[in-house]
Amino acid sequence: MMKKVLILLVSVVIAIWFLSPVVLIVISSLTPSGEYYNPSRILPRSLTLDHLRSLFVTLGGWRATLNSVQVAGMSIGISFLFGLPAAYALTRFVFRGKNAIRLGILLTRSFPVLIIGIPLLILYMRVNLSDTLLGVALAHTSMVLPFVVLISSSIIGGVSVEYEEAGMIFGLSRFASFMRITMPLVLPGLAASAIFAFIMSWNEVFVAAILTVGNRTLPAHILNAAMNAPDYFKFAAGTIMAVPAMIFIFFTRKYLMSLWGISLK
Amino acid sequence: MTYKKGVTPYLYFIPVIAFLIVFLGYPLIETFRLAFTHSTEPLGNFLRVTRTGEIWKALKYTLAISAIVVPAQLVLALALALFINMRFKGYLFLLYIISIPLALSDVSAALMSYSIFSPSGYINKILLNLGLTDTPIYFFGRGFESRAFWVIVITEIWRATPLVFVIILAGLQSVNKEYLEAADVFGFSRWTKLRKIILPILKPAMLSALLIRTLFAFQIFGVTWLLTGRDIPVLAGEAYYWQSIRFNSNVAASYGLVIAIVSIIISWIYLVVLRSKEVEGARA
Amino acid sequence: MAEVSIQEVKKYFGNVKALNGIDLKIEDGKFVVLLGPSGCGKTTLLRCMSGLEKVTEGKILFGEKDVTNYAPKDRNVSMVFQSYAVWPHMKVYDNIAYPMKIKKFDRQEIEKRTLDTAKLLGISELLDRYPVQLSGGQRQRVAVARAIVLEPAVLMMDEPLSNLDALLRVLMRSELKKLQERLGTTTVYVTHDQVEAMTMGDLIAVMREGVIQQYGKPEDIYHKPANKFIAGFIGSPQMNFIDVQIKRKEGKMCLVAPGVEVECTPEIAKKIESGKHDRLIMGIRPENIHHIAGKESTTIEGKVYFTERLGAETIVHLKVGDMRIISKIAGDEIFEEEKTMNMYVDTTKIRLFDPESERSILD
Repeated sequence: MMKKVLILLVSVVIAIWFLSPVVLIVISSLTPSGEYYNPSRILPRSLTLDHLRSLFVTLGGWRATLNSVQVAGMSIGISFLFGLPAAYALTRFVFRGKNAIRLGILLTRSFPVLIIGIPLLILYMRVNLSDTLLGVALAHTSMVLPFVVLISSSIIGGVSVEYEEAGMIFGLSRFASFMRITMPLVLPGLAASAIFAFIMSWNEVFVAAILTVGNRTLPAHILNAAMNAPDYFKFAAGTIMAVPAMIFIFFTRKYLMSLWGISLK
Repeated sequence: MTYKKGVTPYLYFIPVIAFLIVFLGYPLIETFRLAFTHSTEPLGNFLRVTRTGEIWKALKYTLAISAIVVPAQLVLALALALFINMRFKGYLFLLYIISIPLALSDVSAALMSYSIFSPSGYINKILLNLGLTDTPIYFFGRGFESRAFWVIVITEIWRATPLVFVIILAGLQSVNKEYLEAADVFGFSRWTKLRKIILPILKPAMLSALLIRTLFAFQIFGVTWLLTGRDIPVLAGEAYYWQSIRFNSNVAASYGLVIAIVSIIISWIYLVVLRSKEVEGARA
Repeated sequence: MAEVSIQEVKKYFGNVKALNGIDLKIEDGKFVVLLGPSGCGKTTLLRCMSGLEKVTEGKILFGEKDVTNYAPKDRNVSMVFQSYAVWPHMKVYDNIAYPMKIKKFDRQEIEKRTLDTAKLLGISELLDRYPVQLSGGQRQRVAVARAIVLEPAVLMMDEPLSNLDALLRVLMRSELKKLQERLGTTTVYVTHDQVEAMTMGDLIAVMREGVIQQYGKPEDIYHKPANKFIAGFIGSPQMNFIDVQIKRKEGKMCLVAPGVEVECTPEIAKKIESGKHDRLIMGIRPENIHHIAGKESTTIEGKVYFTERLGAETIVHLKVGDMRIISKIAGDEIFEEEKTMNMYVDTTKIRLFDPESERSILD
């Protein structure tokens, strides 16, 4: 009995520790300016959507959000386009040097992607890619691509090769067998990892900030414009960054857990 | 699996390898070049920058933050993982709550901290209303570096512990139940079970987490920049400053170089440890 | 329907010689079993025949056609995988129909064939279900149905029964064989279970380390194994192997070892003479060692070490000198441990192997 109470207590403490900053910033972003600067008010009496609206409209928040979406979309597009064939080869083929390639890709995950920002900017200026969304997308791809290759490799590996081979015996080419038989089976897992990859790009701030001036993604935009704006705009920006990501994660949580090797029995 | 001879399998990798060479390989080399070239000095910028002393300050802070944050994350994550692994009723719900920060960027985390610690933030409001202070307590700004330091530390711990937690939990679950059941039969206490069975099996996972977290701790940027600007300089922050505000790529690259070198060292340690684990595993 | 001809096929995985020179002819309509221990290359050979693996050297012909370089889909073959590989995201009906759908059969034809084949395999009521809702045995029938619906030239099966429980396995053995007899499809069947091989195969190819050791009818393989490996692999309990010396006694040729004295029949004596051997390995199956209480001319004398009473038969383990010799006796009998027994060997059934090459010197 004592044990149950203790567990409950600890759980509540943990929950508060992790939830409160999130809840608090959402509240802050919805707090009317008057209440925010009123020292006698801890929590606001009324909530307003004004800050969110201004951030979107006047402070360029909407554009920055769109930019982030486009950049993230392009990143996962290119990553899957290049990464899926590599993932397939890693899982289905046996060839010399396979382990070296896998290890190499694994190592690039520990690569400090932010340092590519500086040389890339110089390169981009020469090829007219600086301050473009495509430029940022390409830079983000270098961060997302290894992740996609490794994750897809393990997802495809989870689908028995015999399903594909059966397809090949019964009249499909290797490619057709992969598309018509394996793909439907790996699509859910790939979709979940795509969402996670999207969030990786969505959240990235350093490289995006270095490579752009006018066409900023949301986090880069916050670094500049919102920092000079009153506090409640900062919180509105933080909320816009955080809430969609959390919603996405919530909907794919089961897949992500199994992706990380955590069983939920 | 099909055994493939000849050139076909390698074709599948060409796009990936080509891309990574251009977008990771080239910038890495360029970073070295930018850091070391200078119009007049032979070993260039890198040496100049080291002589000014600023880089040491940034290095010191980066090291200090990492040295505190990483072990704290490991210990907290282990505690959380052990707690969750007890699988009490409703543990799934708590598990999801713990994984919330995984979706957040360091920018969001920094802003959350700001909403709590700013002059008009929650802590100050509570203190003011309880009458514990007359004027707001400043956590950020010139002169308050030690307070800002600890706010950064807490924010980073809050933000990144779940990442370590996920790795350790997965490792915990792979501990073969039969080992623990055998321990029960032999009368091991809970503490002994932890020390003698669980921790040794968890070692690879914790080592992985340690190395990865250290690697990323060196790249800390959003939290320090948003909360303290250059008051608490870190390597990445200085790199950003010199590039985007002073437009000096050479100096910026010098800071990037330090990060790159640390990453290479840590990756190399990781490889060696991994290799030796494989040998150990093969021998066992 | 096709005759399969495998000519000097070699398959190397890097340095590993999985198939080291295979020559095999399979007549049209026959049920051929590839039998051998793990790693012998039987599955590799099957996969090469199906096209899932490419041979390193050699040729594969279906009838007159050289299919060595054909993709699996162009070979008109069919396969039942060890894990069945029934597609989980399709209903049973669609699983069976899919091969026809790929080949663009028209709808009526697909429906007719699917329903007929399902009826043949006894799974007509399962057509609307998903594989995950079926038992292992049912899934296996779906896999077989899918494999035969297109009437392939060659039907291949890779240990299809090994994932079933023992009772189901016995049942399916006869069902699969009857099905093949009815359809007349050339079938190649891979297994490591010698009972399956013996009961189902028209012909058995015993494989070891990438080479075919012997290819023949089950009774030939059983009664006239070409070498010691085959003799020991087929038959349960395993054949007894005894190192014997050749001695002459009163004009007769005898094979002797401590506790053992066996008189050769004239035919066998002639073979030994011509081969000029002085030592041999004698092989005798447990069912050919009989016990006749109190007979004087004994040929194996030993002490009872252990008895296994199986109800319909009794297996006696005898300690003969340093050796362990096993005898299988019909009926349920009790033998005391440590009791000395005199056993009589059926000398027409002994096999003899050269001690170095391990090859049979008979036949």
